[in-house]
Amino acid sequence: MTDGRGRPDPDALLRTAAQEGRGRLKIFLGAAPGVGKTFEMLSEGAARRRDGVDVVVGVVETHGRAETEALTRGQEIVPRRAVVYEGRTLLEMDLDAILARAPRLVLVDELAHTNAPGSRHPKRYGDVEELLAAGINVYSTVNIQHVESLNDVVASFTRVRVRETVPDRIFELAEIEVVDIPPDELIERLKAGKVYLPQEATRALGHFFSKSNLSALRELALRRAAQAVDAQMLDHVRSLGVGGTWAGSDRIVVAVSELPGADGLVRAAKRVADALKAPWTALFIETPRTQGFSDVEHARVAEAMRLATHLGGAIATVPASSVIQGIQRFLVDARATQLVLGKSKRSRWFELRHGSVVDRLVRDTPGVTVHVVPVEVANTPPAGTRSRRSDWGTPTGYALTLAAVAAVTALASALFHVLDLGNVALLYLLPVMAAASFFGLRTGLFAGVASSLAYNFFFLPPTGTLTVSNPENVVSIIVLLGVAVATSQLNARVRAQADLAAGSARTNATLAGFLGQLGSVNDVTQAAQIICDDVKRLFGVHVVVMMPQPGGGLAVQAASDPDYKLEVMDQAAAGWAFDNATTAGKGSETLTASEWLFQPLKAGDRVLGVLGAAHDARGNPIRADRLPLLSSLIDQSALVLERLRLEAEMRDVDAVRTRDRLRAALLSSVSHDLRTPLTAVLAAADQLDAAAAPDLVATIRAEANRLNRFVANLLDMARVEAGALTLHVEAIDLSDAVTGAAHDARRALEGHKLRLNVPPDLPLVRADPQLLHHCLLNLLDNAGRYADPGTDVVIEGAHRYGQLRLSVLDQGPGLPPGREAEVFETFRRLEGSDRAVGGTGLGLAIVKAFADTMGMSVEAANRAEHVGAAFTLTFPAALIVRDALPAEVT
Amino acid sequence: MTDTILIVDDEVAIRRLLRNTLEREGYGVAEARDGRDALAQAQVAQPVAVLLDLGLPDRDGLGLIPLLRANGERAVIVVSAREATHEKVAALDLGAEDYVTKPFDTDELLARLRAALRHRAAAEPVPEIVQRGDLAIDLHHRVVRRAGEDVHLTRKEYDVLAILARNIGRVLTHDRIIAAAWRGEEDPRIDYLRIVIRNLRQKLEAPAPVGSVIANELGVGYRLRADT
Repeated sequence: MTDGRGRPDPDALLRTAAQEGRGRLKIFLGAAPGVGKTFEMLSEGAARRRDGVDVVVGVVETHGRAETEALTRGQEIVPRRAVVYEGRTLLEMDLDAILARAPRLVLVDELAHTNAPGSRHPKRYGDVEELLAAGINVYSTVNIQHVESLNDVVASFTRVRVRETVPDRIFELAEIEVVDIPPDELIERLKAGKVYLPQEATRALGHFFSKSNLSALRELALRRAAQAVDAQMLDHVRSLGVGGTWAGSDRIVVAVSELPGADGLVRAAKRVADALKAPWTALFIETPRTQGFSDVEHARVAEAMRLATHLGGAIATVPASSVIQGIQRFLVDARATQLVLGKSKRSRWFELRHGSVVDRLVRDTPGVTVHVVPVEVANTPPAGTRSRRSDWGTPTGYALTLAAVAAVTALASALFHVLDLGNVALLYLLPVMAAASFFGLRTGLFAGVASSLAYNFFFLPPTGTLTVSNPENVVSIIVLLGVAVATSQLNARVRAQADLAAGSARTNATLAGFLGQLGSVNDVTQAAQIICDDVKRLFGVHVVVMMPQPGGGLAVQAASDPDYKLEVMDQAAAGWAFDNATTAGKGSETLTASEWLFQPLKAGDRVLGVLGAAHDARGNPIRADRLPLLSSLIDQSALVLERLRLEAEMRDVDAVRTRDRLRAALLSSVSHDLRTPLTAVLAAADQLDAAAAPDLVATIRAEANRLNRFVANLLDMARVEAGALTLHVEAIDLSDAVTGAAHDARRALEGHKLRLNVPPDLPLVRADPQLLHHCLLNLLDNAGRYADPGTDVVIEGAHRYGQLRLSVLDQGPGLPPGREAEVFETFRRLEGSDRAVGGTGLGLAIVKAFADTMGMSVEAANRAEHVGAAFTLTFPAALIVRDALPAEVT
Repeated sequence: MTDTILIVDDEVAIRRLLRNTLEREGYGVAEARDGRDALAQAQVAQPVAVLLDLGLPDRDGLGLIPLLRANGERAVIVVSAREATHEKVAALDLGAEDYVTKPFDTDELLARLRAALRHRAAAEPVPEIVQRGDLAIDLHHRVVRRAGEDVHLTRKEYDVLAILARNIGRVLTHDRIIAAAWRGEEDPRIDYLRIVIRNLRQKLEAPAPVGSVIANELGVGYRLRADT
């Protein structure tokens, strides 16, 4: 499938691949409590068990119902774990016990359950994800109102909002079975007391179980299941590359604001995106106004963005001078086709001044469908007081303003005889503009009012009263007030822009300073210490950097405070963050009971360590709007640590190279120093008059040659032991190898008759000629030493069954039966050979080591048809050159 | 005028033994114990051949080969304890006539020396017909006779035999033979050379043992054995 049209969608393939090796999840989805999900799950579990599948019950809430309980009988139930929390004992599913038991399938009731504080995952679906990751299949149950993206919808008509939600991504990977009974029947069961209801539900009982509600819930459940089937079908189709008509062209952007209800907006966008099967992005525009947000507003934005990630959307934060401009630019950049906005709850006055964002976007973004969603505010927490500086100004401001107005009045009185009335009014502009620019809107307005009163009282006829006789003079007063408003607005905006610029300059300066400091560091511990100190200085938190240790496990590399404490829970969170390359601990989704928030230090795909941060006071360690700076610092830290790691690796490689060079120098100097005297001895023997003492000369020559072989063997063994063998493999003609070895071993074989039985048409083999030569020399040497003089030594080659076998056969005493393989052990000479025969016992060990290195095998056996031993080198098919020659060669 | 042989070795015992052997064969002998000395002696004594050890105290002997051979006027034979094939090939590529590993067989060393002297550039040109035992290789007419009978060779077999015959008694590296016989061809491979040699041996050696005419130099190359 190589043509562009039918190419499989890589994302879909990846998802399918990620699924392999993972367990499968089946969710029994119900519209309401009491429809019989648990019963259905247990029945199916029991059926699978009868099929021979290894099924255990992880956790099941029977609520004391007899039929359900009956079904658990005969099932293997993993005992629950008791957790004591605030004096109460809670029974939780024992995740570790199930993982250790490793069944094929586990039944886990109530997917949306919230675990006891201090558990590994805050929610039970976290446990389920871990089980799936371990390759265990899971059956689970959930009611429709717990589906994250439907949370708002359900709440809107049932008036019951559940806090326990399950993210949609869980459903996207699951097979969904809807457990369905008609609403009437459910109401019957309810009346008969057959339905167990959790505490929260009983309050709204009457309303919740109305027939209309149940019908709506049922419809939602069926639709959600159908959607899951659709999505899975689509994935399947895409991974096959069949093509088709999925709406791949839509891109949805939801603009998130700091106003309450942002989370509802995000869920709405998710529903739109699901319906269109389109990717979606939650967008926040950072404007000068963002600087003035209260902590509550910051938290709201951060929460909405977190929810978007949770629901499977992308997120983006874009700086811009105005919301409208930022959204428009992003829509173009992202080629978005649909925009989801919340209906503004701002005052009419605000919209008059700033224009309605919604109206302008609808007007000014051609080609984009704009959805305006009424934002439902579930329960608005009281908005925090804004920390905006301009609001009421300071008492000093008012005092100075009054003084300035008085001064202008005095000056104008003094000059009144030269000025006309209009110029006096202009003089009053001075204090108004000054007050508005230095002390903000309200002080400016105050200056405007004070100035117009003073102007009216002292200069406008009739003077000494506040009555205005001439309507023209009303204009002067309005102008004074208008100037106050305009000046303060302009000034406030300029100041906010400057603040924003100063803020990013500060951020950049911080990063630059941080990097400058780290750039000169050459030691990991020192770098980690700088990271800790800087992050502490910038964020006011306790910091630790933990890195993997050579022996395994994470340990603290540096800490901002010497008296930091890491409990078992904290260690676990750090380990989790490191192993999974995600955040863990307080404020994350995993191991939230830890006091620390651990973030992985990642460079590329490699996790180099984790950075942990903790606050003194209880609460989220770091403010949401400071997180981008922290992530930049973490990214930069990881890069610095990666640089240090690579440098260390280079140094290691250099050390190994130096060692290898030394070893090679040593080997060559040893070989030189031992060979030189041997050369002299042999050359001297050559020149002795053999006729004088032929036996003595022969002995000198033979013994010197033997010594030479020992030296060669010692050097070979040293190379083997040092792992310093380098292969120079080439195609070899075995007849060359055999004649060469026979020639060099002629002195060791003196007195023996050597027969070569190697067919000339054997195929070529791939081997290192020198190593093979040494193998054959040692085998011939061995034969010459153990077999009696006068007996035959035979070299035999055969090409059979795709293998090539080369054997050296002697007529010596043979090998002790059953212990043939031991001859290849270093320094072993077999007992049972009755003669004291010289030799270091190295020769055969070298044969084996060299043969193994070249991919050949060697075996020793007693000859079947004859007395004596047979040593056989076997060349497997892979080492045989089978290329037919080009015709012109032969 | 006797030919002078220069012995370069840092071991006095080796020098003494070699001097003894060479003088008995009628050569003049000069000695040097390191690289500097060797270059000076080469100027003073004007030797026709150098027996060169590679492990010298002041420098590596490989680098001396091009300096000592004086554009082929002088034969350089490496006599070294180093037996790695890549060192041998490097020495031959640098212009050494031959390579003998220590400990050496004195007779063999003398035979190699004689062969090397024959091939000096200054010596007589290659004869048109190379005789070896019952083998006659007519390089002019591209004909090979064995005991008076024509031997039929393929083109490649003849090319390989010809380059060996022109250098009879000397070892030629695989690369050099391949470059001569497979000139300009794509993908020349050592396995082709092996097969050609195998065929040549069947035609030229049998029933004598393998390697009696064309000797294999382990991992280095081939040599056409000269009559001794």
